[in-house]
Amino acid sequence: MSLFLRQISRELRLAFRQRADLMLVVLFFALVAALFPFAIGPHSNLLIRIAPGVLWVAAMLSVLLSIERLFLADYEDGTLDLLVIGPLPLELLILAKTLVNWVTTALPLIIATPVVSVIYGLSGEAVGWLMLAMLLGTPSLSLTGAIGAALTLGTRRGGILIPLLVLPLYVPTLIFGALGAESALAGLSATPYFLLLGAITLVMLFVAPLAAAAALRQAVE
Amino acid sequence: MHRFANPGRFSRLADKILPWTALGATGSIAIGLYLALFGSPPDYQQGDTVRIMYVHVPSAWMSLFIYVVIALASASSLIWRHPLADLVARGASPLGAAFAFLTLVTGSLWGEPMWGTWWQWDARMTSMLVLFFLYLGHMALMNAFEDRARGYRAAAILALVGVVNIPIIKFSVDWWTTLHQPASVVRLDGPTIDPSLLWPLLVMALGFKLYFFTLLLMSIKSELLAARVRALQSAKLRMASRAEPSQ
Repeated sequence: MSLFLRQISRELRLAFRQRADLMLVVLFFALVAALFPFAIGPHSNLLIRIAPGVLWVAAMLSVLLSIERLFLADYEDGTLDLLVIGPLPLELLILAKTLVNWVTTALPLIIATPVVSVIYGLSGEAVGWLMLAMLLGTPSLSLTGAIGAALTLGTRRGGILIPLLVLPLYVPTLIFGALGAESALAGLSATPYFLLLGAITLVMLFVAPLAAAAALRQAVE
Repeated sequence: MHRFANPGRFSRLADKILPWTALGATGSIAIGLYLALFGSPPDYQQGDTVRIMYVHVPSAWMSLFIYVVIALASASSLIWRHPLADLVARGASPLGAAFAFLTLVTGSLWGEPMWGTWWQWDARMTSMLVLFFLYLGHMALMNAFEDRARGYRAAAILALVGVVNIPIIKFSVDWWTTLHQPASVVRLDGPTIDPSLLWPLLVMALGFKLYFFTLLLMSIKSELLAARVRALQSAKLRMASRAEPSQ
């Protein structure tokens, strides 16, 4: 356990050494969200209607943007070879890295959501539901992304490959995330969607470390 | 199963099987097409457009079947390191993508006269589209590495992750569209299909399956030959570098 915590503190220290990068992801999220009104026009009814979906898509793209770096630096300088033969099980290592990735990219996005959703004119209640949905759903984005990042280590162009591999797998989270926030907005019960989002995250919590560990093992072989 | 890990033995067996599957595929597709185009009555509502079904439905079945084949091959590649399993996955993936594409295209061609639109966000179409993207990702990952073996293994892991996810995707898409547009969808499994339409469909499905096996065997054989060519070439290069030692 202490090894796991130490790994987390290492990743956190590395992440906070480049605080500017953390801000970049939030900035990207805000910019993507701000582009849609320009494309669609400033009709407030329409904007409120599409806001949950657009913010979900923006969050996915932001997570994808950061996930490529998840193992890359360690892979390139050889740290990963040591981590693979080290005492911490590879699955736990991946969990630690993914957790830190979630804390440093998805969590800031969720915190920034109230600010960004002002431009869509969402009500406070709707923002609350959306944030809850993101809190339940975004861990599965980081976890699925970790599989993609591990699989594409050593490829010629991982940056383009990861979205191709990962985005189809994001479809369920996107559907339930947007539907959950929408139906809460419409006054319907959102509980089933939130339960399903949680279920997907739990499934990925089990599948992703196993798959990513298998991928890392063959990457450092 | 490991008896056929020997490429020579596999090739000899494939040579024996290939003519039969090729003949069976040609025969049953020819009979199926005749039955589908001339031997079966037009649908009382859809008229002659129903004949699109004889290509559309077998393609859809094949695209799902091939993903199962790839998943099984991937599992046996990761667990037993069976050398042919990688080649099965490699050969099957483009075929699956092609069948998924054919399903989408024929579905679109069928949807235009029937629904009045080329594309409908219907649950089945959407999940077929996602499946098509999964195939493309699988192929892209397989070819993304300098080292072939790494590409095979990475693609195998991806295929198994896809197996876990496909039911979730299918379920979520079903839920998504049934909420938005209930019961506006033409269903193929509606009122039990008449035998005069069912028989051509089954013959076509058999033909498609044999066609898939024919192409798969041919692709594995050609991959084995290509591997031998690569081995001979590198042996030749090694010989040449030994003959004139570099200073």
